Amino acid sequence: MAEIHNYTMNFGPQHPAAHGVLRLVLELDGEVIQRADPHIGLLHRGTEKLAENRTYLQSIPYMDRLDYVSMMSNEHAYVMTIEKMLGLEVPIRAQYIRVMFDEITRILNHLLWIGAHGIDLGAMTMFIYAFREREDLFDIYEAVSGARMHAAYYRPGGVYRDLPDKMPQHETTKFRSKAQINKLNENRQGSLLDFIEDFTNRFPRHVDEYETLLTDNRIWKQRTVGIGVVSPERALALGFTGPMLRGSGVEWDLRRKQPYEVYDKLDFDIPVGVNGDSYDRYLVRMEEFRQSNRIIKQCVDWLRKNPGPVITSDNKIAPPNREGMKTNMEDMIHHFKLFTEGFHVPVGEAYAAVEHPKGEFGIYMISDGANKPYRLKIRAPGFAHISAMDEMVRGHMLADLVAVIGTQDIVFGEIDR
Amino acid sequence: MTPRIEALSAQLKLALNAGLVKLTEDLNELTIECKAEDFIEVCIKLRDHGELKFEQLIDLCGVDYSEYNDGLWEGPRYAVVLHLLSVSLNQRVRLRVFATDDHFPVLPTLIDVWPVANWFEREAFDLFGIMFENHPDLRRILTDYGFVGHPFRKDFPMIGNVEMRYDPEQRRVVYQPVSIELRNNVPRVIRDEGRHS
Repeated sequence: MAEIHNYTMNFGPQHPAAHGVLRLVLELDGEVIQRADPHIGLLHRGTEKLAENRTYLQSIPYMDRLDYVSMMSNEHAYVMTIEKMLGLEVPIRAQYIRVMFDEITRILNHLLWIGAHGIDLGAMTMFIYAFREREDLFDIYEAVSGARMHAAYYRPGGVYRDLPDKMPQHETTKFRSKAQINKLNENRQGSLLDFIEDFTNRFPRHVDEYETLLTDNRIWKQRTVGIGVVSPERALALGFTGPMLRGSGVEWDLRRKQPYEVYDKLDFDIPVGVNGDSYDRYLVRMEEFRQSNRIIKQCVDWLRKNPGPVITSDNKIAPPNREGMKTNMEDMIHHFKLFTEGFHVPVGEAYAAVEHPKGEFGIYMISDGANKPYRLKIRAPGFAHISAMDEMVRGHMLADLVAVIGTQDIVFGEIDR
Repeated sequence: MTPRIEALSAQLKLALNAGLVKLTEDLNELTIECKAEDFIEVCIKLRDHGELKFEQLIDLCGVDYSEYNDGLWEGPRYAVVLHLLSVSLNQRVRLRVFATDDHFPVLPTLIDVWPVANWFEREAFDLFGIMFENHPDLRRILTDYGFVGHPFRKDFPMIGNVEMRYDPEQRRVVYQPVSIELRNNVPRVIRDEGRHS
């Protein structure tokens, strides 16, 4: 008999299942993975170094580009750290708006995850379904910030502006008939909050649709049950957070355990898995869809009843309004100072973390009293998850690797920073 | 200090006693410092002590203090900062340890204490050049294959040293010195206006 050796295979960085620019060097015995060595860094942009050379306000758009499928959650951790160091109070309405958009972002992220995870494992329809809903959420982003993805909406001290009273509508084009346009604009007649509420009423039915397609699907179960099993002890030791940790049965959610903003006033449940395999993590994320939807509903109700300021009135941190800036000398000086030199953060260090859709996303900041951070460290949840890739895929078949990449919900913007 | 922070700091003092060099509380966060030679021992205590139980290493990062406070920093240049989380007791602590040698910063590896330290240490090595003794696989992680230097050190220019382009004559990718200039529109200024609260 001929002697058979293990062989080494290169996976990515341009593979469609690599979710961006993952390069894996795999050692295979037949079709069984003996060792996986992820090579990351192909998307490294040095965000932390760039932030050290920019004022605090100038770095907010960089935060959007970290995890580019959950933009506002990244901003949230960043502005929370600054607010913590400044000892800044955020108006209650801004806190509700932030929570609402955090949850919209969670749905946005999980939709991309279910779409990509589905298409990786052969469920093509999921991708189309998920992107149909993502479109509405992008419209919400656009209505509030002007950008569909990279919003830069959260600012130290609140959010950039209040929710618009009028939801932008589709305009007539030669490609669509009047009737089609009217149909598209049906739920856009009122304010942004009306549109969001309409979405939350529709969305649970869509989640049911996804579950009909996948949850009891024999092929889906064969591809995910028992794949990438992580015990709760190992999950903790490997630094897992978010759905990856909850899928292993550890009940840990920052929104509940170390509540920030107004999460302690809202009613929601934390889903937890049992077996710690890909299927349980799938179920956890599916339930998070419904819980996020519940939170958004509560926020919409509150925001309808309680108008108020959405950003701090401290003009050393937040710009004065445009009218004041053009008529009032003091406001003009504030505006000028804020956008040239920027504000100064007191000497010290702080760490603030949010429950990002992927796990604990934290910002550690050291300031020496300058208008730029001295050191900014981004704690990306995906970084810890992908470092456990080797342990999770060892002994699995090559095709299961794709399931593990999917279940880890990898996005390279945050891993490579 | 809130009662919880106070209780935790008392426990830390009790559990670590001589291993603890400094304990500070700021913004409701506890920061402790230890010596490089006690590092592993302190970490094991933090993980296993019944009242501390920091099972999770949330983050490990390098810091280069050389230009802190416009270069008025006194003390070792490199530090490693750990953020620990106890899921069972719901508490956090930050641990800072300075590497004694500024020219060849070395610290022991934490892989045996928290396996997740593996990649975090590779990152700190790659970006700051901090060596981790007994690390089984201390390769570069974020920068390019064959990269020279440690980009997050304060003396490394923000625009880098080399740039890459395709050379049609050699028909391959070549590296050459950077052709751009560093542009900084907003100077770094330290003012002690204090808090705006």
